[in-house]
Amino acid sequence: MGKLIATVIRRDLLLAYRRRADVLTTLFFFVIVVSLFPLGVGPEMKTLRLIAPGVVWVAALLASMLSLHRLFAADYQDGTLEQMLLAPQSLAAIVLGKIVAHWMVSGLPLALMAPLLGLQFDLPPAALGVLFLALLLGTPVLSLIGAIGAALTLGLRGGGVLLSLLVLPLYIPALIFGAGAVEAYVVGVSPEGHLSLLGALLIFSGLAAPWVTALALRIAME
Amino acid sequence: MLEAAHLTCQRGERTLFTGLSFTLSAGELLQVAGPNGSGKTSLLKLLCGLTPPLEGTISWQGALARGEDFRRNLLYIGHQNAVKEDLSALENLRIATDFAGEPLSDAQALAALARMDLAGREHLPAKVLSQGQKRRVTLARLLVSRAPLWVLDEPLTALDVRAVELIQLRLAEHLAQQGMVVLTTHQPLQVPGVTPRRIELS
Repeated sequence: MGKLIATVIRRDLLLAYRRRADVLTTLFFFVIVVSLFPLGVGPEMKTLRLIAPGVVWVAALLASMLSLHRLFAADYQDGTLEQMLLAPQSLAAIVLGKIVAHWMVSGLPLALMAPLLGLQFDLPPAALGVLFLALLLGTPVLSLIGAIGAALTLGLRGGGVLLSLLVLPLYIPALIFGAGAVEAYVVGVSPEGHLSLLGALLIFSGLAAPWVTALALRIAME
Repeated sequence: MLEAAHLTCQRGERTLFTGLSFTLSAGELLQVAGPNGSGKTSLLKLLCGLTPPLEGTISWQGALARGEDFRRNLLYIGHQNAVKEDLSALENLRIATDFAGEPLSDAQALAALARMDLAGREHLPAKVLSQGQKRRVTLARLLVSRAPLWVLDEPLTALDVRAVELIQLRLAEHLAQQGMVVLTTHQPLQVPGVTPRRIELS
């Protein structure tokens, strides 16, 4: 099963590499949205420090929404998804591989870039570290939960908007604990509680989401 | 043995067929015929387990045809090619066989593609291949598959005469090795040494 997951990850990363433009637009979207806030709000350091975690997290949610609909749509259209459903292995394992690959090209780069973007908000270095950690734990949750929504809206007309309406409310816990971790640190409280809850969220969605997504895909293909 | 009993299939409000029963034994070829929209593809999807029948059962070797054990015995080639435009012919074939649980080495995959007349085009991205060449990339799986049950939806579309001949020879070889084939096609089918059984949907 590990070999199958590795095959899927390698395949999806290769496909993403051949379509670099799609990946880069998502990342630039994140960079631009985050950078607009200091320009719009003005150079008031205290305000910027206060809004920074929320802004970065909301931008990360929106950026991850942008790439979600691509998770299964291409495979659905060219018939590859049928082959995945008929593979003599667990569909949940294939789905997990796709989610991991999706995170590696759409979530991980956000976490890596966030500390740099946080400088615009005058966040102290240690707070940038917390922001990075929170995104590292939180962005896989976005890919996992998003996959369920992507599978449920597969093949529907106007699925993109419906996907946002379906998935964004489910992102709220990740948003609260993710942004909360950095806010807590900025006001001088330990972020440990928030990060632990994010970790718990990651474990729970990591165990449940691949199965639920696999089920939703089977229903979508009927 | 593949056994279908009293199948009913409904798409939306329309009933495509009711009470369809047949059995297929080792070495037999079943051709599903009928006009466009009569439910040929739907029947093939039922047999694969992609969609559940409204009524009736499908069994494989006496047990219900579902689950990983059944899928290990099945090769399904659908109407769509399941070829990734951004991957090369070689990558496409190797990934498809990896998913099917029958991984190939590069040499085996290259040999299969060469037999499908794709020599020299193995490393080109599939988007520059013609429709018929993409179909050949998909059908190269027939040359290497060890699954006993093949379900093929219009395998011969877009193929030239030579390729059609090659596929028919491969079908004959598969049937001679006690394989089973269910297919749809609008072209006249001539598999050497085999009289296809026919189901007519209306």
